[in-house]
Amino acid sequence: MYDAWKILVGLAIFVGLFTFAFWMNAGKAAPVPEVKIDTPEIKKMPEPERKCVEDKHFMRTTHMQLINDWRDMALREGNREYVNKRGEKYVVSLQNTCMKCHSNKKEFCDQCHNYTGVSPYCWDCHIEPKEEPKGNES
Amino acid sequence: MLGLPHRTERRAKRERVMSMNRRQFIKIAGLSTLFGLGGKGAFEILRPGMLDAAEHGHGAPALEEPAEPAIRWGMTIDVEKCAEPGVVEKCIKACHSVHNVPDFGDSKDQVKWLWQDDYEHTFAGNENQYMADHVKEFPFLCLCNHCDEPPCVRVCPTKATFRRPDGIVAMDYHRCIGCRFCMAACPFGARSFNWLDPRDALNEKEYNMEFPTRGRGVVEKCNFCVERLAKGLMPACVEAAPQALAFGNLADPDSNVRQILRKRPSMRRKLELGSEPSVFYLV
Repeated sequence: MYDAWKILVGLAIFVGLFTFAFWMNAGKAAPVPEVKIDTPEIKKMPEPERKCVEDKHFMRTTHMQLINDWRDMALREGNREYVNKRGEKYVVSLQNTCMKCHSNKKEFCDQCHNYTGVSPYCWDCHIEPKEEPKGNES
Repeated sequence: MLGLPHRTERRAKRERVMSMNRRQFIKIAGLSTLFGLGGKGAFEILRPGMLDAAEHGHGAPALEEPAEPAIRWGMTIDVEKCAEPGVVEKCIKACHSVHNVPDFGDSKDQVKWLWQDDYEHTFAGNENQYMADHVKEFPFLCLCNHCDEPPCVRVCPTKATFRRPDGIVAMDYHRCIGCRFCMAACPFGARSFNWLDPRDALNEKEYNMEFPTRGRGVVEKCNFCVERLAKGLMPACVEAAPQALAFGNLADPDSNVRQILRKRPSMRRKLELGSEPSVFYLV
């Protein structure tokens, strides 16, 4: 083999660069997302009735599809009333239903979205609730 | 020498079987074209109506005419009452603050849902000669006409703009790709393009938190306050000036707007285009 050492050194550099991200982050785990549901609106609800539009597991896995369906329901079909599996009625609106309770986008939405590296463009148009600056809670 | 007659004979035999050779075919084709029997024309003569049915309905019978809609939202604008000081401004402000419409302060980037124009421009092409002076000076409130036959909907390549069954021409900003075909199609200039991020020109403290803004690169326009109608409220402009504007169901002969229109002469914009606006100007 001609120039074996050149090839081997080049290969070593290539493999090193290619796996750089793994070397850099070895042993460090990204912080597990901490979702907070302690907004004033949620705290107002008595403990047993503290429920989202659908159950927790469904919302965790399928909220994006639900929101997508809601968009088409309200906008394209003109149907602004959602009846959930429990038979309760909700107004179909991201800003006026979802975000009324979950008024803490940074501690709620962003937690998992940042962790999983997704950046939904909801907030380009939909206005996120104003968040009180932290620190005035005792 | 020997093979040649054989071959000719075979060919002649084959031609007799096919019963038509190329020469004959071209002759017949040429003659039938000469007499208009070619292409679609031939279908029309031999099987009238069959081709159309096959092309459009996939053989299905023609669809029945859709029934008259139960609701067709419309608006009347009393031009004289709009001339009272402050009315037009109040309506525009109500509309634009409810819908988070930005004001860039530059007509090039202007976004407008409800605006004011003069007689000459509102009824461009239809202006009467020697029109009364006071009419010429009336402030005409302009907005999306929510046409019955909306040209903007016809040209939209993504179906981002569509006509709801209640007559409202709605926008789905999620689907708008900002091609601006609808702006070119709209004869009333009712659509605005977001050249800049609308949030740059909006005051965060004055947001209507119950309604979204738009993003850069989409076309927007009046939505006849569809979100307020859903809650049983009147459109924001009508609420701001109930003495000048009326909103109601044009399909109901006893509705408020139909009663007004029965009593008072009205005009609509650019009727000659056949888009059938739902906004009536009372003069």
